[in-house]
Amino acid sequence: MTDSELAWKIRRHGVEMTHISKGSHIGSVLSVADIIAVLYNSILNIDPKNPTMEERDRFILSKGHAGAAVYSALAERGFFDTEELKNHYKDGGILSGHVSHKGVSGVEFSTGSLGHGLAVANGMALAAKKDNKKHKIYVVMGDGECDEGSVWEAALFSAHFKLDNLVVIVDYNKMQSLDFCENTISLAPLADKWKAFGFNVLDIDGHNLTVLKEAFEKKFDNNKPTCIIANTIKGKGISFMENNILWHYRTPQGEEYEAAVAELEAQRP
Amino acid sequence: MRETFVKTLIELAEKNPNVELLTADLGFGVLRPYNEKFPDRLTNVGIAEQSLIGVSAGLAKEGKTVFAYSIGNFPSLRCLEQIRNDCAYHELNVNIICVGTGFVYGALGMSHHATEDIAVMRALPGVCVFSPCDALEVECVTKAMAEYKGTCYMRLGRGGEMRIHDKINDFKIGKAIKVKDGKRAAIFLTGGIYDEVNSACEQLKAFGIEPSVYTFPTIKPIDKDVIEKCAKEHEVIVTVEEHNITGGFSGAVAEVMAELKDKKAFLVRIGLNDTYSSVVGSQKYLRDYYGINAKKIVESVRESLNV
Repeated sequence: MTDSELAWKIRRHGVEMTHISKGSHIGSVLSVADIIAVLYNSILNIDPKNPTMEERDRFILSKGHAGAAVYSALAERGFFDTEELKNHYKDGGILSGHVSHKGVSGVEFSTGSLGHGLAVANGMALAAKKDNKKHKIYVVMGDGECDEGSVWEAALFSAHFKLDNLVVIVDYNKMQSLDFCENTISLAPLADKWKAFGFNVLDIDGHNLTVLKEAFEKKFDNNKPTCIIANTIKGKGISFMENNILWHYRTPQGEEYEAAVAELEAQRP
Repeated sequence: MRETFVKTLIELAEKNPNVELLTADLGFGVLRPYNEKFPDRLTNVGIAEQSLIGVSAGLAKEGKTVFAYSIGNFPSLRCLEQIRNDCAYHELNVNIICVGTGFVYGALGMSHHATEDIAVMRALPGVCVFSPCDALEVECVTKAMAEYKGTCYMRLGRGGEMRIHDKINDFKIGKAIKVKDGKRAAIFLTGGIYDEVNSACEQLKAFGIEPSVYTFPTIKPIDKDVIEKCAKEHEVIVTVEEHNITGGFSGAVAEVMAELKDKKAFLVRIGLNDTYSSVVGSQKYLRDYYGINAKKIVESVRESLNV
């Protein structure tokens, strides 16, 4: 499977899952799909046959509302059957809207309330340092999530304790729940903020799979944590969803569902 | 109490290399003996309680036995959601140590009075809530927390609490400890307030009353057996806590008593009566001001038993 194929599958599953469940956050799933695809296909050292192996890389989706993207990647990587994806949001199912580890093979940590993931990742990274282990810890956060003060408490910690085994990725699609970030609570200049907090910062195109892979593989000659600002488009891949705040919560149904599927089918790698 | 905690923690850390202590920039003098022995296993996260608990969760997820230290309401109310989602839901061995509960930091003002922490913490499924009543109970609880495969919360006094036990045989999480075997009235206490209870018992002798006394170092899980036994054998149960009675220790006792089919006793609750403590004063002054003292216990028992 190529990164491109996995990214496409995440988008296709995402549309199907939010259609069947009448659930939310398809805009976020499409935004983060390429980041998740490159991580799960080319970067993370993980084994579906041994999901808790000690030397695995740790991954936390701190923007838990894009859980459908991670569930899709895990299913496609063989952690569980892709049929299970149909039970997203379902009564008695295990795949809650926000990513959950309970009964779901491959999910490291449950999230959903924003601003939790980085501090937990800090603890994992600190433990790895103490125990002289070589695995890495990856955290994907939202841009709106950066409104949370706990993000910056945690960012201070990452740099102070020289957690160079930690990689933060901000899915910077410039939109949050109700409006564009800049109309809500201004985040810009976001890359400068992370630099000022003591991170190595890469400011990249979050939909270019090659660029993403290069960013994840980049080695720095210092002991700083890394922050990848992945510039993305909310709703990426489906024209009428792109940069449209409506699709943070709206579910694809009827003609919109059919149009979304048709657009994705035309992009199948 | 806090010195006993640190002494016990050092013992645990000597035996278990996975013990880690975190602080949110508090406990300078108190934690020094630990820091001298295990400087690499003490992490100061700065004045950042959400980070304190999040980092604790991450460390515990990787197999560490974590103790997170702060004071007052900071390690409970300030970071409640991190305790709920990151620690308790994931069943992680994070042990939150709160020094200075109730009116310990009396004169510092309302912000520093931890008077709702029991109620809030005991609402979280899977979290054990401890409020030891003397130094020996602190030692027992500290050791039990390290063994418990989940999240714990322990509230402590600052020191100088009256000693209750010479030794504790067979300490178990969720078990109250009998201090006095008496009749008609049973007094249940939690936290370092035995001096008031003991003084009340002395005064009650003059009225021919010798109450049973139990300490409750564990508030959650609550000791239902002791409550049921006392409710059947006594006429009144009096709870004493330096905490809001709404949802607090007395709330836990009341929940158990309300479900008993067969009981003799009714419940009298002594604690802070659903208010914020805005009066300036020492711990002793505030106990007297808010009626959480020997005098109030004596009055309550006498009134209940008509003596």
